[in-house]
Amino acid sequence: MRRRRALALLGCVAAAAVGAEPVVVASKNFRESYVLGEALAQLLRREGVPARHARGLGGTKVCYDALVAGEVDVYVEYTGTIAEGIKRVPVATWANLSVALAPDGVEMLPAFGFNNTYVLAVSNALAEDRGLAKVSDLVGHPDLRVAVSHEFLDRPDGWPGLRARYGLPQRPDGVEHALAYRAIGNGAIDVTDAYSTDGELTRYPLTLLEDDLGFFPAYLAVPLARADLPARAREVIMRVSGTLDDVEMRAMNAAAIDADAVVRVAASYVRGIAGPAGPGAVAAREAALDAPSFWRRLAANAGRHLALVFGALAPAVLAAVALAVLIFKIGWLSRSAVYVAGLLQTVPSIALLALLIPLLGIGVAPAVLALFLYALLPILRNAVTALGGIDPTLRRVATAMGLRATEELRLIFVPLAMPAILAGVRTAAVITIGTATLAAFIGAGGLGDPIVTGLALNDPGLVLEGAIPAALLAVGTELTFEAGERMLVPGHLRARVDR
Amino acid sequence: MNAAESVARPAVRFRGVGKRFANWVLRRVNLELPAGRTSALVGASGCGKTTALQLVNGVYRPDEGEVEVLGAPVPETGVEAFRRRIGYAVQGAGLFPHMTVVENAVLPGRLERWSEARLQARRRELFGLVGLAAELNDRYPHQLSGGQQQRVALCRALMIRPALMLLDEPFSAVDPIARMELYVRFEQLREHEGVTTVLVTHDMREAFRLADYLVVMGDGGVLQAGVPDEVAAAPANDVVRALLASAA
Repeated sequence: MRRRRALALLGCVAAAAVGAEPVVVASKNFRESYVLGEALAQLLRREGVPARHARGLGGTKVCYDALVAGEVDVYVEYTGTIAEGIKRVPVATWANLSVALAPDGVEMLPAFGFNNTYVLAVSNALAEDRGLAKVSDLVGHPDLRVAVSHEFLDRPDGWPGLRARYGLPQRPDGVEHALAYRAIGNGAIDVTDAYSTDGELTRYPLTLLEDDLGFFPAYLAVPLARADLPARAREVIMRVSGTLDDVEMRAMNAAAIDADAVVRVAASYVRGIAGPAGPGAVAAREAALDAPSFWRRLAANAGRHLALVFGALAPAVLAAVALAVLIFKIGWLSRSAVYVAGLLQTVPSIALLALLIPLLGIGVAPAVLALFLYALLPILRNAVTALGGIDPTLRRVATAMGLRATEELRLIFVPLAMPAILAGVRTAAVITIGTATLAAFIGAGGLGDPIVTGLALNDPGLVLEGAIPAALLAVGTELTFEAGERMLVPGHLRARVDR
Repeated sequence: MNAAESVARPAVRFRGVGKRFANWVLRRVNLELPAGRTSALVGASGCGKTTALQLVNGVYRPDEGEVEVLGAPVPETGVEAFRRRIGYAVQGAGLFPHMTVVENAVLPGRLERWSEARLQARRRELFGLVGLAAELNDRYPHQLSGGQQQRVALCRALMIRPALMLLDEPFSAVDPIARMELYVRFEQLREHEGVTTVLVTHDMREAFRLADYLVVMGDGGVLQAGVPDEVAAAPANDVVRALLASAA
């Protein structure tokens, strides 16, 4: 709780500051998780429990770590992922999984009912023609062309295991999943893999083959909640138990074509299980808060984005220039510092963000720290190079004139290095504006928020809602720096900076 | 004032001074430079004359012996304040490229927190003496000729009326015609200011033209020192004789 308050201080514009702390429902960054997360949040609010939906918080690791750290109170996970990805539970019974989660203070609540696992799909026409209904029916048809997603091709619980269990004779090719249904539709391939609740399945005339030997592990969707979740909230969430089967989930996924549709689909589901009543006024107001107008949303995202960028850049400028000033006269030290800063920058941003979660949790703090680390290199390198490259004659004159170390820096060294330092800051600013879009993956918000959501929902409009303002910000920053340089640096010095 | 009298109260005195980097550059140097005069340190490159100059303003510290400047040893602490009282100009002028002509010239006064009026009055006086037109005031160093830059550098060196001025080959990067003009300007300045000057140069003709006292250096030490005419009349050895020949 304390950490959450600290995040609010750091500039969280979210509802965290108003009244009682709401229950934070997170979702993973794909469509089905959005729908279920939104549904849980709406259900809670409808029953008078304040709740906030942290949309598309991140992948499995980000969400689970956030849950354990108390940043998040509940999110929807899959039993197969718990057994394989989060814990190692060889025999994934309900009891075994619960026992494995208990030490983390995490409780598995009753499942929604559907099983989002792998299935094999063939066209209806082929199924009728060859009499295919079960996976074992494929054994007798070695001529069928199988093309599966690259992941499925390699996973032990994908094709290799499936072939061994059923004795399948086909030799599959890898295919991009998004193209596979169309390939079946136009007869280019006969069999592919799918997720059983994929909304796309409803758009194609496909037959799903029954896993008659029970090979595929169960991927039951379950709310994972903190064990300290208030009893009232827990009770409300338990109501989703057994409310959705594969077909219903598939239909909801198919209908949730964009962010607004996610809210509508979830609302309709919640109406179905909760009945019509409820403390409507509160729910409506909070729902409105959840879906602000386009311009308000844009302003909020851009504002948060700028806060992230500035919050990282300002300390980075101070730190890098201060460090450069301290070390530029010592050759080996400057080279090492630039080397280390360069090394930091080669760490992929997503990896760096993931590494920071155990230290700083999720949200603004780790995002700003990561951006800070990335911004250091261009500024430090330019500052060290420029300071170290100052004409030795000028340094000798400055010394001989009796300039004290601070006067030397203020009057001579820093002004002379200023064009290069500014160029470094400019580069860092543009990099930071771009990288800050990734902060949305750990719940820090900003213009990455609509991008992440848009990617998960396959909603290009939403992606552009983040990408275009981010690009405009980058261009605007360039222009601002150009104007700033004109004011701060005499023309003849400006021209000498190579970029 | 004759030479004997000024040597009795030297502006700079080296007593058994040695300076070593990888090897000894100077060893057991004894030297006294007369106050109120221009002394030229001459010699082939690498003879240690620039090192000697840097020992005077405490940029280098002697590894043996003692350097006294204006009657007191070079201070161990607060050496910046000591250096501020010594004017300094180098080959290529060493003007700061991000400052205008005026900003460069008045910098030493600004460090001493002179009032703006006092700074500008002194600056106008010096610019008048060296013939720098007011239209150059707001230009940057790269917009000036080499000779003009060097005149600004001399004004900067003399800004706060130092008792001592150190010049490290200030005229050598200037073209010959501008150099002649610079010599005249320098002589006017010196006459007006009466400042003790130590000039490092490799140009014997320049030394003979400008110096009251000549120090011929070589071999890690002083080969001969004295009034230029006396040195010319009686060179101490062949090295000095060869150097003198280059001025003829």
